[in-house]
Amino acid sequence: MTRLGPGTRVIVRDDWPETRGEAHIRTPHYVRGREGVVVRHLGNFPNPEDLAFARPAATVPLYHVRFDPNTLWPPPRSADVLLVEIFGHWLEAR
Amino acid sequence: MTTPPDLLATPAEALFAALLDVLAAKGVVREAELAARIAATDAASPAQGARMVARAWVDPTYRALMLADGTRAAEALGIPMLGAPPLGVLENRPGLHHLVVCTLCSCYPRAVLGYPPFWFKSAAYRARAVRDPRGVIAEWGTMLAPDTEIVVVDSTADYRWMVLPSRPDGTDGWDEAALAALVREGDMIGVTVPSPGPARARPSAATG
Amino acid sequence: MSGSEPGQNPKRAHHDLGGVAKFLCERVDTAPYALTLFDRRVDALRQILGASGIMRVDELRRGIEAIPEVEYHRLSYYQRWVRSIVDNLLRKRIITAAELWAALAARDGGGQ
Repeated sequence: MTRLGPGTRVIVRDDWPETRGEAHIRTPHYVRGREGVVVRHLGNFPNPEDLAFARPAATVPLYHVRFDPNTLWPPPRSADVLLVEIFGHWLEAR
Repeated sequence: MTTPPDLLATPAEALFAALLDVLAAKGVVREAELAARIAATDAASPAQGARMVARAWVDPTYRALMLADGTRAAEALGIPMLGAPPLGVLENRPGLHHLVVCTLCSCYPRAVLGYPPFWFKSAAYRARAVRDPRGVIAEWGTMLAPDTEIVVVDSTADYRWMVLPSRPDGTDGWDEAALAALVREGDMIGVTVPSPGPARARPSAATG
Repeated sequence: MSGSEPGQNPKRAHHDLGGVAKFLCERVDTAPYALTLFDRRVDALRQILGASGIMRVDELRRGIEAIPEVEYHRLSYYQRWVRSIVDNLLRKRIITAAELWAALAARDGGGQ
């Protein structure tokens, strides 16, 4: 997978595996389908979606991605920035 | 013979005792191991993180290390990090404040702060922190200047995050131990900010 | 930006609590609570099972997330862990339900 550099604009996949059966997902619902900006690559880790079921897990990149709360929430909101750890296979470069 | 109780209806405390009996009989876990693990876990406490914060306040080289690599910074003070997730450190500055939450479960920098507190694991904190951090921290009496930027960090994956709070005014000349004694658990998650003196919950005009 | 309200998204899993509307008016209980011995022992067992490669923390989380919503919010934090640990060890055949029932019965009968 191509490494996403700092500043890359990304879209979080609008996908809902938990509606299709047993799943363990670390991408919070509120950022799915939303646009963010990569802050940095945090490292590579075994995919928890497989670890949770004791399946062999590929190593996947993990990024810190920043979101503008105005694109996530209606009022009341008082955060200025949201930083979320998101695995690379959930991100598409814009 | 009595009918065995349905496992899901069994109170968790009874189920846990039975589970330990079964695991002990199989040689999977022994009481001594449990006791040793509890002792090791109890040794991690907010005092560990507070030592890191105080060192960073007095030593710019250490502060740089802490911001670059929290794990190495913890180890440099003798805090055991083996097997712990990587530690990231978020620096508060005048006009910039961080708040840490895990909306999915309870990811917490346990190696440097100990067990997560009750509120950190609560549904209300997990739901509200990402959306209304000012309203959440106000429940601790924490008021930030209106123009302070608030960065909420949702700890969703393999990192753990702690906040390096700003050194409060009125602490010039304090030694490291006195500074460390100021720093509380909540300061390193971002629900509170440290201040000298007993009025811990006072408004934080001190950051300006 | 879409017009949907993420706090009321019907597709989210019930443990996925960020911004969820029904908790927005609930105050945070900031009081300190000391862990009980039960809490500490459950936590320690989880660590031992992780360190010995029997159950990963990701598996613990999966088992917690599988607890039905009403139960999830009714059970204490470490009560959820017990549910999940038992579920995982049963799935992995480290233990059997019959063994648990026997141990429960022995404790009942033994007057403990």
